[in-house]
Amino acid sequence: MSIQSTAAPVRAEVVVDAPIERAFTVFTEGMNEWWPASHHILEAELADMVFEPWAGGGIIDKGIDGSECRWARVLVYEPPERVTFSWDISLNWKHEPDPEATSEVEIRFTAETSTRTRVELEHRNIERHGAGWEAMRDAVDSEGGWQGGLDLFAQHLRR
Amino acid sequence: MAYVSLPHEAGGFAALGDGTRRAIFEMVAERARSVGELAGDLPVSRPAVSQHLKVLKEAGLVRDRAAGARRIYELDHDGVGALRSYLDQFWNQALAGFKAAAERQEEHP
Repeated sequence: MSIQSTAAPVRAEVVVDAPIERAFTVFTEGMNEWWPASHHILEAELADMVFEPWAGGGIIDKGIDGSECRWARVLVYEPPERVTFSWDISLNWKHEPDPEATSEVEIRFTAETSTRTRVELEHRNIERHGAGWEAMRDAVDSEGGWQGGLDLFAQHLRR
Repeated sequence: MAYVSLPHEAGGFAALGDGTRRAIFEMVAERARSVGELAGDLPVSRPAVSQHLKVLKEAGLVRDRAAGARRIYELDHDGVGALRSYLDQFWNQALAGFKAAAERQEEHP
């Protein structure tokens, strides 16, 4: 069995017709307006998503039943140019309490003109989840956990 | 349609961009299957299924093993290819939504 020790980061970018300050604010504090509604980690339906705009803050999913999950830690908050947060979500789309098994997402904002902004996203250290994936596979003998995780994964792909 | 560029290393995401390939990937994710089984459940030929599996394999999403005379395809658990593909897909979808929100606010401040 081979385990990759490092993985290339996932990168994506988009150019938006909005000033850099607005792009930054919509991405962070306005996250609940654009985040894909199907992707959250609560059992209950999502009521709100709160981005705490400071280093040391978090990103919190709030369910309609009052449940909450703080699934990210804001690591760097430098408006309007850079924000970095941890991705404390495990492979089976549950909260990951162990920071060693989490990845991180960095977003950089660059003003191309006064009304146009380039947004570059890098999701890195994803192999840390991979290690967890391996451990989970070894610990759980097929059926329940492992296959359950895969089913969930396939389910999310379908959305 | 929002402009979202695909990075070079988005092989996994590109591999899942095709509907038939995605169906094959989901079936393999459900349980290991042979080419014949996949072709039997899909409206495509065996050679077409083989070709799709080749792309999925190169993207690090599935792997194959011999089982007697047949080759069985299963999800590539060892690599993080599947996770990368998932995140590639997720972020491209999310950024398209972000672009729409940022520009909507700009139009209606």
